[in-house]
Amino acid sequence: MTKNTISYTSLQLILLLLLRFLIGWHILYEGISKAIIPDWTAAEYLKNSQWILTDFFQWIVSNPSVMSFVDFMNVWGLILIGTGIILGCCFKIAAVSGFVLLLLYYLATPPMIGLAYQVPVEGSNLIVNKTLIEAVVLLLLAVFPTNKFYGLDYFLCKSFNNRKGDGRPGSNK
Amino acid sequence: MADQDQINNKEKETTKKISRRSALKALAGVPVAGFLGIKVFDKLNYDKDQKLRLVRELGLHDLELPVSDFGKKEASGELIRIGIIGFGTRGTQLASALGFLHPDAVEQRKKNNTLKDIVNQEYLNVAITGVCDVFDMNAEKGMIIAKNPVHPDKVTHHLPVKRYRTYHEMLADKDIDAVIISTPDHQHGHMAIEATKAGKHIYLEKSVAHTEEELNELYRLVKQSDITFQLGHQITQSTVFQQAKEIIRKNVLGKITLIETTSNRNTASGAWIRHLDANGNPKPGDERTIDWKQWLGPAPYVPFSIDRFYNWTKWFDYDTGLIGQLFTHEFDAVNQLLRIGIPTTVMSSGGIYYWKDNREMPDSLHCVFEYPDKDLTLMYSGNLASSRSRGRVFMGHDASMELGNDIKITIDKDSTQFKGGIASGIIDPSAPALSFNPNAGQIDAVSSASEKYFASRGLSNTKINGYNIDVTHLHLREWVNCIREQKTPSANIDMAYEEGIACIMAHRSYVEKRLVRWDKEKKKII
Repeated sequence: MTKNTISYTSLQLILLLLLRFLIGWHILYEGISKAIIPDWTAAEYLKNSQWILTDFFQWIVSNPSVMSFVDFMNVWGLILIGTGIILGCCFKIAAVSGFVLLLLYYLATPPMIGLAYQVPVEGSNLIVNKTLIEAVVLLLLAVFPTNKFYGLDYFLCKSFNNRKGDGRPGSNK
Repeated sequence: MADQDQINNKEKETTKKISRRSALKALAGVPVAGFLGIKVFDKLNYDKDQKLRLVRELGLHDLELPVSDFGKKEASGELIRIGIIGFGTRGTQLASALGFLHPDAVEQRKKNNTLKDIVNQEYLNVAITGVCDVFDMNAEKGMIIAKNPVHPDKVTHHLPVKRYRTYHEMLADKDIDAVIISTPDHQHGHMAIEATKAGKHIYLEKSVAHTEEELNELYRLVKQSDITFQLGHQITQSTVFQQAKEIIRKNVLGKITLIETTSNRNTASGAWIRHLDANGNPKPGDERTIDWKQWLGPAPYVPFSIDRFYNWTKWFDYDTGLIGQLFTHEFDAVNQLLRIGIPTTVMSSGGIYYWKDNREMPDSLHCVFEYPDKDLTLMYSGNLASSRSRGRVFMGHDASMELGNDIKITIDKDSTQFKGGIASGIIDPSAPALSFNPNAGQIDAVSSASEKYFASRGLSNTKINGYNIDVTHLHLREWVNCIREQKTPSANIDMAYEEGIACIMAHRSYVEKRLVRWDKEKKKII
């Protein structure tokens, strides 16, 4: 493994790609499903927030214009991040942005001892939940990239390298 | 040379192949995204189909949902000059719903970003030109509010605001077209009678009258007059109520035999202890600043009491407590939907179980209103020592409807009408099958688990045409429009009379500890 290339076995590659597609699918559909609900808002979810970011989330909810902006950014953020991850396009930016977004979701309603929420959650959680795991997996995907060969970033890299070199493919090797 | 060319061509071909293969590999995510796109499309179609099947099964496919004209037309007609009698908390709220705010309230609303809710109200082309309150402080505050419209750019008149020392003076003034009466309840009936005699249009806060005699007199006079009378209620102005009306008309619920209405509060203020401010200090007011004799009105004389002035709901001389303050809204809601009218019998029971101060009024009260000719029982249960929300439920043979900020309809598992739909699995009787989302302006079939959860909690906002609007504004707007168009508003004198009689029956039943009847022939409570 060098700085610019990572070689995987076929099995590693297949599993990394599978993980990438599954997470991308999940995030993209989360965004699409919110986009198609009329007047969807995260206000009720954020009102329910507890722990260290409660004041910040309550501030968002109490300012309608900020709330609208956050809703817009949330929905389109999910759609762009999901698309970027599936297609392998601007993959690292998408994966890291996804990590930040999911971490914010986690911090809004973390399953800490003594915190109870009105919104029902799936499964039983203590400190760790699926949102946190998915966030960390996005970081993992960012450091084990598959986008440069199995993603649209291949074309981006190629055109970037071409511009950097003399225009001939492979000239910067 | 030829060999070299051949080698070069082969190399080029290999590079081309590799490059094509790399390009294909780079597109690996495209079929995944495409597959997701197809599945999203399939899901949308499936949900739409399921929704349609459910809505058809319930016979709601041709539902005629009313469309509000709120915010779609400019105020027309002549300016209406309004006098407000009683400028306490409710009077201030009514002025705000008319579009007049105290400058301090403007600042406060700017801070918490709610000023736009008032600015978004329709400009009603009304002026508050008269203020009457027995308490100097309230009257002075009312004068400031009346001079401060939230739509100053639309105001074309510059009429002065006058303070009247008595309501008689205000009623005698020909420069007042209409009055809003928002005094303590014991004043409502006789003030409204005098206002009708003076030919003023009336917006009367509930409850309509304190005695049967006053109510009969008011009913007779308003019926003979040309004035526009509206009783102050809010609930029925919300969009979901118009939807509920349509759902009942479509007979989704089947035969309704029981309606359960409730009120729950658990604070001192909710139990009508209001003489202290937020810091626990006594609120202002004394004999020098309050015209006590005028405040008492037709009530028996007692020496000045700041307790009675602020906490009047605790005594029978001034109010009927849970009935007059809260059940009135419940009755109006049910009567607007089903026009149940006056009950045949009422039985009330309850007691003072928590707020053991000097009050006469029960803090726990339960009333059963029977309508044998309609095969219907209306139940009311109010409690001032628990804030558990129990809702308002219409129970029919085929479905039940919970009506609050939204509508939730749950199909009955033993329904006759929907037996087929339940058996085929289209209808799930274990959770709300339908909800009304006021934001989307349409009936939604509740399909997902999270939707069911939110529907069951009633976590949705009421909006009209995209605006967050105070329902009191809509109720006042209806009154003002009816004055201009000479139409009859929803909480008209007939509705007010039925409600007033039902409330007086319930109160008498509690006080006299007996079943109270309505004599239909003699139109008298017995």
